[in-house]
Amino acid sequence: MSASAHGSETPKDKVGRLARLRREGGALHDYRAPHWDEPLIMEMGTPGERGVLVPLAEPDVTAAIGAAADYIPEGMARAAAPDLPEISQHQALRHYLRLSQMTLGMDLGSDISEGTCTMKYSPKLHEELIRGHKAADLHPLQDESTMQGLLEIVYACGEYLKTISGMDAITLQPGGGSHAVYTNACVMREYFAARGELPQRNEMITTIFSHPCDAATPMVAGFKVITVMPDENGYPDLEAVKAAVSEKTAGCMITNPEDTGIYNPRIDEYVKVIHDAGGLCFTDQANANGILGVARARDAGFDACHFNLHKTFSSPHGCEGPATGAYLVSDTLAPYLPVPLVTKVGENYHLDYDRPQSIGRVRGFLGNWMGVIRAYAWIRNLGADGLREVAEISVLNNNYLDNLLMAIRGVSRPYAEGHRRLDQVRYSLETLKQETGVGTEDVRGRMIDFGIQSFWMSHHPWVVPEPFTPEPCETYSKADLDEWAAVIKKVSDEAYADAASVKSAPHSSSIARMKRLEALEQPDQWAFTWRAYQRKIKEKR
Amino acid sequence: MAERPFIHPYIPNSVPATKQAMLDELGLKSVEEIYAEIPERLRFKGRLEIPAPILAERDLERHMVGLLGKNTSCEEFLNFCGAGCWQHYVPAIVDEVINRAEFVSAYCGGEYSDLGKYQARFEFNSQLGELLDLDAVANPIYDWGDVAGRSFRMASRITGRKRVLYPRTMSPMRLAEAKTLCQPEVMPTHVRLEAVDYDPATGCMDLVDLDRKLGDDVAAVYLENPGYLGFIEAGAAEIVRRAHARGALAIVGVDPIALGVLVPPGSIGADIACGDIQALGMHMHAGGGCSGFIAFRDDDPVYAQECPLELYTLLETEAGEYAVAEAIAERTSYGARDQGKDWVGTASGLWTIAAAVYMTVMGPQGFKELGETCIARAHFAAKRLAELDGVRIRLSPAFFKEFVVDFAGTGTPVAEINTKLLEKGVFGGKDLSAEFPELGQSALYCVTEYHSQADIDYLAFALKEVLA
Repeated sequence: MSASAHGSETPKDKVGRLARLRREGGALHDYRAPHWDEPLIMEMGTPGERGVLVPLAEPDVTAAIGAAADYIPEGMARAAAPDLPEISQHQALRHYLRLSQMTLGMDLGSDISEGTCTMKYSPKLHEELIRGHKAADLHPLQDESTMQGLLEIVYACGEYLKTISGMDAITLQPGGGSHAVYTNACVMREYFAARGELPQRNEMITTIFSHPCDAATPMVAGFKVITVMPDENGYPDLEAVKAAVSEKTAGCMITNPEDTGIYNPRIDEYVKVIHDAGGLCFTDQANANGILGVARARDAGFDACHFNLHKTFSSPHGCEGPATGAYLVSDTLAPYLPVPLVTKVGENYHLDYDRPQSIGRVRGFLGNWMGVIRAYAWIRNLGADGLREVAEISVLNNNYLDNLLMAIRGVSRPYAEGHRRLDQVRYSLETLKQETGVGTEDVRGRMIDFGIQSFWMSHHPWVVPEPFTPEPCETYSKADLDEWAAVIKKVSDEAYADAASVKSAPHSSSIARMKRLEALEQPDQWAFTWRAYQRKIKEKR
Repeated sequence: MAERPFIHPYIPNSVPATKQAMLDELGLKSVEEIYAEIPERLRFKGRLEIPAPILAERDLERHMVGLLGKNTSCEEFLNFCGAGCWQHYVPAIVDEVINRAEFVSAYCGGEYSDLGKYQARFEFNSQLGELLDLDAVANPIYDWGDVAGRSFRMASRITGRKRVLYPRTMSPMRLAEAKTLCQPEVMPTHVRLEAVDYDPATGCMDLVDLDRKLGDDVAAVYLENPGYLGFIEAGAAEIVRRAHARGALAIVGVDPIALGVLVPPGSIGADIACGDIQALGMHMHAGGGCSGFIAFRDDDPVYAQECPLELYTLLETEAGEYAVAEAIAERTSYGARDQGKDWVGTASGLWTIAAAVYMTVMGPQGFKELGETCIARAHFAAKRLAELDGVRIRLSPAFFKEFVVDFAGTGTPVAEINTKLLEKGVFGGKDLSAEFPELGQSALYCVTEYHSQADIDYLAFALKEVLA
């Protein structure tokens, strides 16, 4: 059909037409992933080739100093040169560009798939800002007077995050969300140590639908972890929480909404149960997108919370970091935050190290403040109303997608029937699996043939059978949502018609199906480096 | 005047007609009906205290450039401060690759859709393994102090012992991170960290004190090479030997950029190596360029099994291509929650790709030449500074790129010198007077291949003026 055939249609008609097309599977991308069959960099190049030349000591320097080797104590010099690639610059560039092409980053595709990750658009202006020398080429120990711009950004961003959470104090030192959650475990530990309640209060309560770090990091901090399972409606079982608390309870570390996307309407009752037992309450707000300006952790009684600046606040994910965790607390816990904190005195900004009750450090220097620069710019660009719009559209998008997905054969949504989800949903493909043999991992493999990133299934353990968890945040258009649902429908249809073709997917990926999977578990088969591979695998062939 | 609808370029469905169409499809009047899931008493009724939005991109850019413009960068001033975050040259090709949108915006996509990311990771691990002379390298995480603490915990789990020895010259900042990880004494799972004294003449570990503290209850002896204070640990091999003799593991902390010229941890028998990859192609980013690695022996699977970080193995496909996938994932916190080995999370993926590119273009010859230039220029700088009245160089004459300059003889405190150097456009060395009072009014200076002879001459000139 030519474009002119639609010349008279209204914008609303056009939206409807495109959506219908996509839902019928007419506009799915027939994607072909780049297939370079690229060797490993260690197999490339020729002895003697150079990728970059480095400065050599000037003649005067050499004349004054002599040979560098003379300054290396006996036995401390490297004997054999490392077996690194020797390759010219263009050939090296080409190799890594090919690898980038074989990576389906969010900028190219649709990361609605990666639920619990809030894959939102990271504005390109931010990247330009953090790459400039005024941000990239700062030393963390520079005199404060030469970093006033950076400190002002960090301070102001901290103030915004305080109003968004209702908390009283903040650190932006953690290098990721889990790191912020770990910081919480250490801060709570210090609080009880100061009160002389350690090691008696050595139990931390979490829920199975909270992120694994809510269980793992208190363990690292020395706590015994109690995990509460959901009740029949998918909420953490309040009776189980009541049964778990005692004079040993240090606190709880939980998410709301949890990975299921269900908001726990009695969350303040859980907080009260913990508080009445003398414990502290932390809420993991890695996924805060649906509640920005709508509900605040402090208002539900929490003593602490965190945000991931690389999720809710637009910092890109960079192949899993570097990231920034914002950790916020009430006045009660503020003395224990790691050093240094950014303070403002008059018109000047300072790094405050003089905090005698601090837990010390969780991270060297200052933190990953590239993420703070981006979050600051993002918040300033949107303002209070814009943040609220982000939340509303995220929630609307999620419910719109839910409506499409629930109409697809084989898809179900466990728990809390009749309740709407906020920012994401944990679905189940158990029916599809039972009826066709095609499970969630098979569907995941097939999706990428349509240029859509494989979906996130679930953290372990799989409480929901054959799970998948999309999160269609505010970044995605209605057409994007229609397309995503159409892909799931298409794969479901295929599963019922020809299960084998789904199970053998992907069909147009950068590589064929992997084999020798025993290497994932067996010491004589795994190879974490090229040298290990050559020793264990290649030489034995 | 009617208010214009809020249509934002990052929010396509903020177009009122689209929003309405979606609500219509759901049979809803407004999004409020969805938010009815949150009880009234938990709803935020106030207004967020955030300034009015700066909507136009140009206006936002002006605002941000104005703020960042208040900073003075190490491109504008000459910087001689390192102390764990070092100014090395970043080849343009490194930035070109890590600024690719595919890498910047990728997250945890799978082995098939994100093959390139996985392969780059494996190539990073492989190249770093070559520099370290170790067969197993894990996916890096936050920074050196963090991986030092994790290595201590790993050694404690492997040996079942609860005490770790570290050099008193260790960076106090790194030590603080490690101490947080090893828990306060009151916790039953605490790992005790104990300092080994150093030879005041050289900074190297005092082997007599090591023997005194080394018992059968020691999980690991940790050493740094080059040490935080810049010196090359001449006794490294001997320390490893003595640790092994008592059944303890040897952990070597290392700045890998030195390994074109210095002996790698694997060659002196280290069981575990850790350190920071920041020097390998990362801009400093006010410390945000840091990223810590852990590497270890692969002749005994217990190291991999007790490693807290993600491990990636090379595989093949049915078509004979390479593939890369995560191995023994069940031991991580993602696989086992509180039963796992410490925790993992989003860490520093993009930096590992930067380091992969950096190691590739440097190659063996690049690392050798860079190491030699660092040593030559650092020693040249030390020589020039030692010519100034009252200034002397402390500790071992064998150092790599950092060295301790004692200004006690000048009668001027380091803090004052550094403030005055700012007026000359110079960031001076890190003030050590609080961390190591026994070294007097000392500062840790850092000179790398980034600094030319002229830069060093200028530093000497500026210091002479400041001390006059």
